[in-house]
Amino acid sequence: MKRDEWKTLGWGAGLLVVAALLPLTGDGYLISLGVTIAMYTVLATSWALFSGPTHYISLATAAFFGVGTYVTGSGIEVLPYWLLLPIAAVVGGVLAALVGLATLRLSGVYFVIFTLGLAEMTRQAVTWYQNQTGHKGTYVLTDFTDNDIYWQLLGLAALVYLVGWAIGRSRLGFALRIIGDDEDVARHVGINTALSKVALFIVSGAVAAVVGAIIAPRYVYIEPSTAFTPMLSFQVVIMALLGGTGRLWGPLVGVIPFTLLWEAISSSFPNQTTLLLGLSFLAIVYLLPGGFVGLYDRLKGRAAKRSALA
Amino acid sequence: MDIVITGLILGGTYALIALGLNLQYGVSRIMNLANGEMLVIGAFTAFTLFTVAQVSPLLTIFIVAPVAYVLNWLIYRIMLRPLVNRAKNRGMLEQDAILTTFGLSFVMVGIMLWAFGGDYFSYSYLSRPVVIFGDNFGLNRVVAFLCAAILCAGLYLWLNVSRAGMAIRAVAVSPEHARLVGIDVPKLSARAFALGGAVTAVGGAVISTFLTLDASTGVMFTMKALIIVIMGGVGDVRGTILAALVLGVGETMVATLIDPGLTLAAAYALFILILLFRPQGFFGRKPT
Amino acid sequence: MMGGTVISLRGATKQFGGLVAVDNVSFEVREHEVMGLIGPNGSGKSTTLNLISGALPATDGDIALKGQEITGLPARDIARKGVARTFQLVRLLPSMNVIENVMAGAVFGHRRRWGASAERHAKQVLETVGLADKAKAHTSQLTYIDTKRVELARALAGEPEVLLLDEWLAGLNPTELTEGIDLIHRLRDEGRTIILVEHVMDAIRSLCDACVVMSSGKKIAEGTTDEVLSDPEVIRAYLGDDDA
Repeated sequence: MKRDEWKTLGWGAGLLVVAALLPLTGDGYLISLGVTIAMYTVLATSWALFSGPTHYISLATAAFFGVGTYVTGSGIEVLPYWLLLPIAAVVGGVLAALVGLATLRLSGVYFVIFTLGLAEMTRQAVTWYQNQTGHKGTYVLTDFTDNDIYWQLLGLAALVYLVGWAIGRSRLGFALRIIGDDEDVARHVGINTALSKVALFIVSGAVAAVVGAIIAPRYVYIEPSTAFTPMLSFQVVIMALLGGTGRLWGPLVGVIPFTLLWEAISSSFPNQTTLLLGLSFLAIVYLLPGGFVGLYDRLKGRAAKRSALA
Repeated sequence: MDIVITGLILGGTYALIALGLNLQYGVSRIMNLANGEMLVIGAFTAFTLFTVAQVSPLLTIFIVAPVAYVLNWLIYRIMLRPLVNRAKNRGMLEQDAILTTFGLSFVMVGIMLWAFGGDYFSYSYLSRPVVIFGDNFGLNRVVAFLCAAILCAGLYLWLNVSRAGMAIRAVAVSPEHARLVGIDVPKLSARAFALGGAVTAVGGAVISTFLTLDASTGVMFTMKALIIVIMGGVGDVRGTILAALVLGVGETMVATLIDPGLTLAAAYALFILILLFRPQGFFGRKPT
Repeated sequence: MMGGTVISLRGATKQFGGLVAVDNVSFEVREHEVMGLIGPNGSGKSTTLNLISGALPATDGDIALKGQEITGLPARDIARKGVARTFQLVRLLPSMNVIENVMAGAVFGHRRRWGASAERHAKQVLETVGLADKAKAHTSQLTYIDTKRVELARALAGEPEVLLLDEWLAGLNPTELTEGIDLIHRLRDEGRTIILVEHVMDAIRSLCDACVVMSSGKKIAEGTTDEVLSDPEVIRAYLGDDDA
């Protein structure tokens, strides 16, 4: 590893330790906000791992997340909790592989529609199955506190960053950048474009499922309409794009301000959340293309040009 | 038989909505994910005029169409044209268009929720039974189907016979070549987008005579319309109509035979089959 | 100096609906040979190239690379087996700098390298095409011929068995054209196997060992460059009946 990379790793570890100290404040509101931020950080970062380089917009986060909560919901009475997380990862990964194989050969429009409906379809299927078998929801009873959930999510976040960093340095990461630039060229230099895209989509699907599995105990009682809420997918997309998908740290700088802003909005204007969500989409497209990362790069570019002129 | 006719009637109205979307996507190359909201706006107008002033929904169409045309034209000129101009390639335009029209759809839902609240709305129009092949059907459904059939046929003829229709089809096939024969592509794209929006809004007014809707149902119709467009093939009127009928019948079958809660799952099953076996649509040739 | 057969087409055919763009074309390219694929506009040269690289699937016929059937394989597999190409309209990877563009070929091409070895190799190839000093430049800062050099370097970086150049010399000004022809001459002297689709007659005369001439999708002549260019039928195809 190069020196820069050690430095970045040191900073990352330091930030992680500081973040891990949050529960020591004992402030319930702060910790619960911390859980929300940690959850969206993991979801948005893993979303950007796939969507950043490929430009495919996935709205399947809610589907994977919901499947994860149901893994915990249906397995908690039978299996030890720690076994449920890898199971959720596998189930999420398999679902992502199936969706990816069916849709990732095709254009981005097909993909976005398909993923949008996936959560809704899974919700309908689960509801139908539960109606057939006669129970409506599932209780998830554990002795986990918000603190435990928070620490687990932080651990997962650290893992996602490491995976993202490793992918960025790998052939797969390089292949994805080429695909994002020009898929025809990618094919003609010998890249298996479909397989590369599916591989990354599996990573992001598995991570989202694990997040769902970790969050499930917080809900206590899970039913299809809470587990598969489509709003989740949209929020993840907005946060990731607000931060910018060009860098690994991009989504994080989108998640924090957006979560705080959203917290304020939903308490002061509870009836206008949909309208405001729509306006934030438009604001990103027209005012901040490339997100904060794009802005940062542009400012840096301008500064470099100025110093070159001076 | 009962199921087939109910399904065909439903499919007929779907066809109208999907044709609107197909015009927009096929010609202006913008996948408009706010299309379903345009439908709900059309339906809202019909509902309001009927309950306040007893205006027949069939007359409301003549108000909805021009208003929706102008509204969509403005959306295209003000919001989408700048994206078309700034995009470096098709992929970037696609991403921007998806985000923008999604944002737009949320904004429209938000405004409707604000103005009208989140209640379901429906009204009773021509809800008398008629007998076809020995089974009972709501007269409103039958009238809606006839209405949609007339509009679809009219649109099909217009696209195939009139000069403007030919120009629109030329742009759908190849924008570059259309430019060479003197067609003003940007202008026509804006018009096709506006026309597509108007067709969908009219579809909404028609569908409101027999379906119960609320401010946030738009996205369901967007999804169904997209599935139909993909099944039928982009820019293909015959394919769209056939796909809409297939979806209508398929959905009705699943709803009556298995569970009404599974209609979307049924639409999805069809979608997956199409993606796996005929991604170019029913009548489409394999892309090269 | 000629070795065994590298590429062979037998009855290769491509139909678009009712239009037969490539009609039952057969020819062979031997090792170290530079083969010119020439003919009037719309005669099916580029389509033939697309059939070899796998950009388009052939409707009929067989294409083989070193005796191994590659017909119907996806482009990525053909690339891995050792066919590299440039595009008629230059296609660089816009978000990457010059050396990264070349590394794309070195990392995923026929001979696959990774990390420092790929970078070293990419630098060597950049030297071959005369771009060593622009390795870190962004693609948007390049002149037209330099973008063509980058694309050529990307194709060379995978050390392909055969290189397909689709009108690589088109659009260059006279000075650039001389440089371009010299560059391909060097590649030829290194003993590479090349198929080039080309319109520039000077280039064909000085570079090609043999030529295949196409007209309306059919092969109308084949042989050494001099033979082919003096063939009355070829002249007729190019200039029309009156001048023959």
